[in-house]
Amino acid sequence: MSNSWIEKILPSVGRSTSKKSNIPEGLWRKCAKCGAFLYRPELEVNLDVCPKCDHHMRLNARRRLDWFLDAEGRTEIAAELEPVDRLKFKDSKKYKDRLAGAQKGTGEKDALIVMKGTVNEYPVVASAFEFEFLGGSMGSIVGEKFVRGVNAAIAARTPYVCFSASGGARMQEALFSLMQMAKTSAALEKLKEQRLPFISVLTDPVYGGVSASLAMLGDINIAEPNALIGFAGPRVIEQTVRQKLPEGFQRSEFLLEHGAIDMIVHRSELKNTLHRLMAKLLPAQNAA
Amino acid sequence: MNPNYLDFEQPIAELESKINELRSVVKDSATVNLNDEIKLLKDKSKALTQDIFSNLSSWQISQLARHPKRPYTLDYVERIFTEFDELHGDRTFGDDKAIIGGTARLDGKPVVIIGHQKGRDVKEKVRRNFGMPQPEGYRKAMRLMQLAERFKMPILTFIDTPGAYPGIQAEERGQSEAIARNLAVMASLRTPFIATVIGEGGSGGALAIGVCDHLQMLQYSTYSVISPEGCASILWKSAEYASDAAEAMGLTAPRLKELGLVDQVIPEPLGGAHRDHDLMAERLKAALIENLDRLTSLSEDSLMDKRYNRLMSYGAIG
Repeated sequence: MSNSWIEKILPSVGRSTSKKSNIPEGLWRKCAKCGAFLYRPELEVNLDVCPKCDHHMRLNARRRLDWFLDAEGRTEIAAELEPVDRLKFKDSKKYKDRLAGAQKGTGEKDALIVMKGTVNEYPVVASAFEFEFLGGSMGSIVGEKFVRGVNAAIAARTPYVCFSASGGARMQEALFSLMQMAKTSAALEKLKEQRLPFISVLTDPVYGGVSASLAMLGDINIAEPNALIGFAGPRVIEQTVRQKLPEGFQRSEFLLEHGAIDMIVHRSELKNTLHRLMAKLLPAQNAA
Repeated sequence: MNPNYLDFEQPIAELESKINELRSVVKDSATVNLNDEIKLLKDKSKALTQDIFSNLSSWQISQLARHPKRPYTLDYVERIFTEFDELHGDRTFGDDKAIIGGTARLDGKPVVIIGHQKGRDVKEKVRRNFGMPQPEGYRKAMRLMQLAERFKMPILTFIDTPGAYPGIQAEERGQSEAIARNLAVMASLRTPFIATVIGEGGSGGALAIGVCDHLQMLQYSTYSVISPEGCASILWKSAEYASDAAEAMGLTAPRLKELGLVDQVIPEPLGGAHRDHDLMAERLKAALIENLDRLTSLSEDSLMDKRYNRLMSYGAIG
């Protein structure tokens, strides 16, 4: 690092991307976009949006839901579900060990958290992808939890909200993970039959099997500013078409321009925007 | 090297070329009789083929699934169905040649056929985009599926793609949305649906025409979440480990049947489907008729319940 002088005065700066959110990190964090050093308590109040350049940093799933849902009356859904390694998959590392590492690093059992609760007292079921857990990849547990969330929304007659952040299907679960695309999409059809809204919020990044299933199936698709969203990753596309990708390719603004999403909403406005939309689609008296 | 044979098939290729040589000698001369020799070599070739094919690795099977001589969707269509009328276009943007579809009759009964289509020669390969669909291909497929539902025709799909096309325009036109929409639509189509993996089942690009009531695979076809090369380059950091990746992912038909993800494996002719297109088509036709009879005997509600329960059962859960 070229910032060695600043490291001496701010010893914790370089470690800001640590996965261990429950371990006290330094008081300062560097914005990956504008490079500003940000005072962490202030950044957290700002929901991890850089106050200097408005860069939306990744927000972990539990903090996301903690911020989104009212403090009172939340329950977590299917928290007990744990992944299994049916294929005994091993690449350069065993899948079992990768899982154990991800669990230790994030404190989560798998890459999706689902909760029932309220937003400004409006009842809702919401789920969020934990990107720090194996890239937010979708395997059997993510699929199952997503579906249980949908079923809880149907049972309580509430909308369902999903904040996605995922590299796609989880390769170590091979075809099991591919089938989660079909499973989650089928469950959303049940929600639709019940005339209950699904709001998909795409946060940086959403690719592959998650993008090509649940994340694009919102009655309303919303993205955070400047998030990367696509089917194939930019490198794969570049290698295939042997062209330079256009400026801003696969950013939220690109998707809005091409008609793939309804709106781009700043994180600070997200909660109220979602509440406003849901209350129109499903007035509370029609809900539970 | 004979380009029409894979590397592990080369010993068979050598025997076959010897047999052909002998045959041409016989043809050119009225006096020489080599029938016994030819028969001997043919038996030997058969035994050798049996031997090689009784012990194929997942990687070898992945190569067979992409064999240049392997029958493609249209090869089956002409052998299995009558009155095929190809229907074109997504009504919005264009007609994707990597997916074909239309109406036809199977054993006299109207059906809708949809399948990935690869090209045989260079020009045709390019025209078919190597079987990699763009969003309009999936949207054409969706249109035909909805047509099938409206007119109470069963849907038969044939899966054979390396994957959905990863291109700039494909992204601009919503490749993700096109695939996602199909998954949702297929889950609730009120008509019987059989999907057959005939070659490569490449990830979301394959699944986008594959949510069904009965999933069958030809013996040497593959179905996986990512290509072995893609998986290797991400998890092993080098595509050279494709063979390990193929093994680890368990992408072969018998393995997926064992895992409960596939309903039926259709045996291929000795040496693979490419050795005998007619025989393969005959077996596939028999399986289609049998399974369709079973599915059409179910009430619409019970068909839908079964499909939904089957979708919900997918997953390895502790």
